[in-house]
Amino acid sequence: MLVTATSTSAMQGGFNNVPTEAARQFRAIMNAIARPGRIETLGGATPPAPMSVAAGVIVLTLCDPDTGLHLAGDHDTPDIRAWVQFHTGAPFVPAENANFAIGRWEALSPLTIYAHGTPEYPDRSATLIIEMDALSTDGAILTGPGIEDSASLSLPEIEALKTNALLFPLGLDFFFCADTRLASLPRTTKVTEGGAI
Amino acid sequence: MTDYNFAYLDEQTKRMIRRAILKGLAIPGYQVPFASREMPMPYGWGTGGVQVSAATLTPEDVFKVIDQGADDTTNAVSIRKFFQATAGVDTTEETEEATVIQTRHRIPEAPLNEDQILVYQVPIPEPLRFLEPRETETRKMHSLEEYGLMHVKLYEDIARHGAIATAYAYPVKVEGRYVMDPSPIPKFDNPKMTMPAIQLFGAGREQRIYALPPYTKVVSLDFEDYPFEASKADHSCELCGADDSYLDEVIVDDQGGRIFVCSDTAYCAARQAAQSDAAAAQYEEISA
Repeated sequence: MLVTATSTSAMQGGFNNVPTEAARQFRAIMNAIARPGRIETLGGATPPAPMSVAAGVIVLTLCDPDTGLHLAGDHDTPDIRAWVQFHTGAPFVPAENANFAIGRWEALSPLTIYAHGTPEYPDRSATLIIEMDALSTDGAILTGPGIEDSASLSLPEIEALKTNALLFPLGLDFFFCADTRLASLPRTTKVTEGGAI
Repeated sequence: MTDYNFAYLDEQTKRMIRRAILKGLAIPGYQVPFASREMPMPYGWGTGGVQVSAATLTPEDVFKVIDQGADDTTNAVSIRKFFQATAGVDTTEETEEATVIQTRHRIPEAPLNEDQILVYQVPIPEPLRFLEPRETETRKMHSLEEYGLMHVKLYEDIARHGAIATAYAYPVKVEGRYVMDPSPIPKFDNPKMTMPAIQLFGAGREQRIYALPPYTKVVSLDFEDYPFEASKADHSCELCGADDSYLDEVIVDDQGGRIFVCSDTAYCAARQAAQSDAAAAQYEEISA
């Protein structure tokens, strides 16, 4: 698709130096998924609103013509489509075919429609990038690989994420984004309700 | 450096490897297939580890490479030079200084911290491969968590030798789910695998990547009456005197003479330097 006149701004807002910037941002993304509940700060991308900087960085770092991307709810705008297309070339797909899906929690639900992997290939599962208003290290209690004792993270919902963990080794992996901040919840993390905040 | 893309690989390849690394961290111990590339070195020389390192390194990293614990062997030197040339990263031989450590068949003696990443070169990623040659079958065995065959193998070791004779690439179970090949590290290193650093495994020829997040529970397979034992040669290092490090046996003459020395050269060198400093200080004290 050609870049249309309305989306010349689509060409802005990518990494300044793709190889080194992508490497640095990937390190932060990897640290987030390897240490569930830890909040990392991303930067270097300025995607069109309402996409957060952190979600934009994940798209630039991980998406390309090989990965189907699903834009959910208020994220499915011509501006975001043009921006993602120009910078990554990722095809837009319906939720059930998505490698990555971006949107607010309500727009992405229910989780059952996404690919959860197969018993022989549990890696063939979707990664959900969830836009949040804020992100803080209180709320639900997290335990599992990557966490020494326990960690806490503000989650949009607990029940669905508990169910997701029960499906292990199948399941979805989550990135939670608020502005430049990123936290992650892989399928291995066990979630329980937190006590008093 | 301008002749190459940063860290040699093209961006699309790095993205593909990075996605595999993230899925690997999300499913600890599971082998994620990836489209391994031809690298400017032969398979068997650490092409899997090199591709994982290429996708992981940032310009600010300090890179260390060890081959069976040593910083100064051909494989280690050439991979270190490769990333010096293509990624422009600083390199070091000291474990404590490094942020990314690529290793062939050892875990450094010095404990690793949360800010470090350990990248393993893996020849055969499938722990069940020598028991079942068909990929379709081993994949099914992993999906059904059918690991009886591995226990039979360890049992046969005991029946034949009176003990589990597997000394390296000793199979582990990750978070109670996947049986994983820790790569051919000596079983002496197995207990160190529950650590604060991220561990990434790359098998280039076999096209698999797998990973362990920090503090992941890694348990060496064993039996109640034949518990796992992390063994090493029953000596101390001839050069630095360490009795807690993994030792290599070195033949020193044609009369059967042999010594045991630390396999981790950085660990041994640091201990020797500290000892000679202490001796010098003592000498100065006496002569003062």
